[in-house]
Amino acid sequence: MLLIQCPFCGPRDQVEFSYGGDAGVPRPADPAALSDDKWNAWLNERDNPAGEHDELWQHSMGCRRWIGVRRNTLSHEVVSSWALQPAKTA
Amino acid sequence: MKYSIFSLARNAVSFHRDWPLAWRSPAPKSHYDVVIIGGGGHGLATAYYLAKEHGITNVAVLEKHRIGGGNTGCDTTIVRSNYYLTANARFYEHSLRLWEGLSQDLDFNVMFRPRGVLNLAHTHADLENQARRGNAMRLNGIDALALNRPEVASMVPDLDMSPTARHPILGGLLQPRGGTARHDAVVWGYARGADSRGVDIIHDCEVTGIRRDGNRVLGVETTQGFIGAGKVGIAAASHSSVVAGMAGLRLPIESHGLQAMVSEPVKPMLDAVVTSDAVFCCVSQSDKGELVIDGNVDGYNSYAQRGNLPVLERVVGAAVALFPSFSRLRLLRLRGGVMDMSMDGSPIIAKTALDNFYVNCGWCYGGFKATPGSGWCFAHTIAQDRPHELNAAFTLDRYTLGRAIDERGAGPTPWLH
Ligand SMILES: Cc1cc2nc3c(=O)[nH]c(=O)nc-3n(C[C@H](O)[C@H](O)[C@H](O)COP(=O)(O)OP(=O)(O)OC[C@H]3O[C@@H](n4cnc5c(N)ncnc54)[C@H](O)[C@@H]3O)c2cc1C
Ligand SMILES: [Zn+2]
Repeated sequence: MLLIQCPFCGPRDQVEFSYGGDAGVPRPADPAALSDDKWNAWLNERDNPAGEHDELWQHSMGCRRWIGVRRNTLSHEVVSSWALQPAKTA
Repeated sequence: MKYSIFSLARNAVSFHRDWPLAWRSPAPKSHYDVVIIGGGGHGLATAYYLAKEHGITNVAVLEKHRIGGGNTGCDTTIVRSNYYLTANARFYEHSLRLWEGLSQDLDFNVMFRPRGVLNLAHTHADLENQARRGNAMRLNGIDALALNRPEVASMVPDLDMSPTARHPILGGLLQPRGGTARHDAVVWGYARGADSRGVDIIHDCEVTGIRRDGNRVLGVETTQGFIGAGKVGIAAASHSSVVAGMAGLRLPIESHGLQAMVSEPVKPMLDAVVTSDAVFCCVSQSDKGELVIDGNVDGYNSYAQRGNLPVLERVVGAAVALFPSFSRLRLLRLRGGVMDMSMDGSPIIAKTALDNFYVNCGWCYGGFKATPGSGWCFAHTIAQDRPHELNAAFTLDRYTLGRAIDERGAGPTPWLH
């Protein structure tokens, strides 16, 4: 069982989150300008490391924000987590 | 040595102490025509068909632990070819035909038992989808039968068919020729068959690097030293990306955990493989009487070879909802495998961008049934330096060309396939 630190809500059980995949592949700024190979490299190819991995999670049963999580794919240790966008102030 | 009633009788006389080992454990030579990385079912089957179909016997299979200890050793062994898309249907049907003759071909009982694979339909949409898939299968020459509710109830009496069932069952799609096999036997049978044709199976030999000269691969660095190779093929399943990375390639693959659970053994109660796509659960009874259950992947990248509790709880809950009598059983074992999930849920058996480097991966949940067909097609691809027509669609460049083979229509989100 993972305990994921939501930067907004604190430590929460993994069942409150949805997985969003590899966070290490930023969306290209101008997709239309890319060659098919470059687009494929972004869309489909992955480093898929056995070790630490940056990934996207959504706190879907909580604050519903998307967050970044660094997690070890061998030990499942959650190394760190961060906010993807600054929290809106009231 | 041929296994037969006579060899059994002869060895009974000597109290079974004189059986020869089924395969040798040689030290690696300095060079092979073909080196296969990974001694799971796929790697061993590839070596077997390289020797048998293509006469290439100067081959080594390098395995970092013991053969068959990866995914092949922990899956739920379901064999079927009930696919909708033509490329998958033809490939898996070829594999199923190989299964049907495999025990005779290998002279080793792989315990393939075609007892029928039944997909349950819980909604009208499921029924329509099954009619569509069943018709597509029949057009591809594959057996498919649409069952109505009473037929499902009489085939699988322990299913909850009551009016208050948590998951109402309206019918099902049956592939009578589908079934299960014994995973270890498949590994041992292919190992023995390959070894007897001259293939070297090298245990405890981890590939740690790939030596390249420009666009050519010269060989592999291993924990037992450098081994030169005319051609190198990857069949490393969970570690496909890691091994391809040693040659500087990135693959359209993510590794995800999938768990199977096994109950205490009981008397025969389930003579079919029952699956439900809607609740993501799949159940069969092993020859020893255990109920073997699995579900979906754990949902995030993992190389951990152990499952997580939320998915375990969900899958067991689904199994108990379908089969209320299971609630009395205790689970004895959990097995966690690491799946090579591809971006479209379909496999890759292809030549890479390097001249003499080939890759076999992307088996997702379904690689056990593919074992004979995968080895057969991969051997052809390596030997002839081009794919067979059965794996011509399973290329690496299909993603660039927009020709993904996506049965589920989930797109490049491997944890949802
Ligand atoms: C729980 C579970 C249930 C499943 N159920 C089914 C099912 O019902 N039906 C079905 O068809 N499929 C099923 N599958 C999928 C199926 O098990 C696999 O796709 C298939 O067995 C993979 O075979 P393989 O030979 O490719 O991989 P593996 O058996 O994993 O073999 C790969 C081998 O490569 C070795 N290796 C890795 N890296 C290196 C290296 N650097 N050097 C040397 N060796 C290396 C590993 O040690 C391993 O032995 C299931 C999988 C799991 C985990
Ligand atoms: Zn939150």
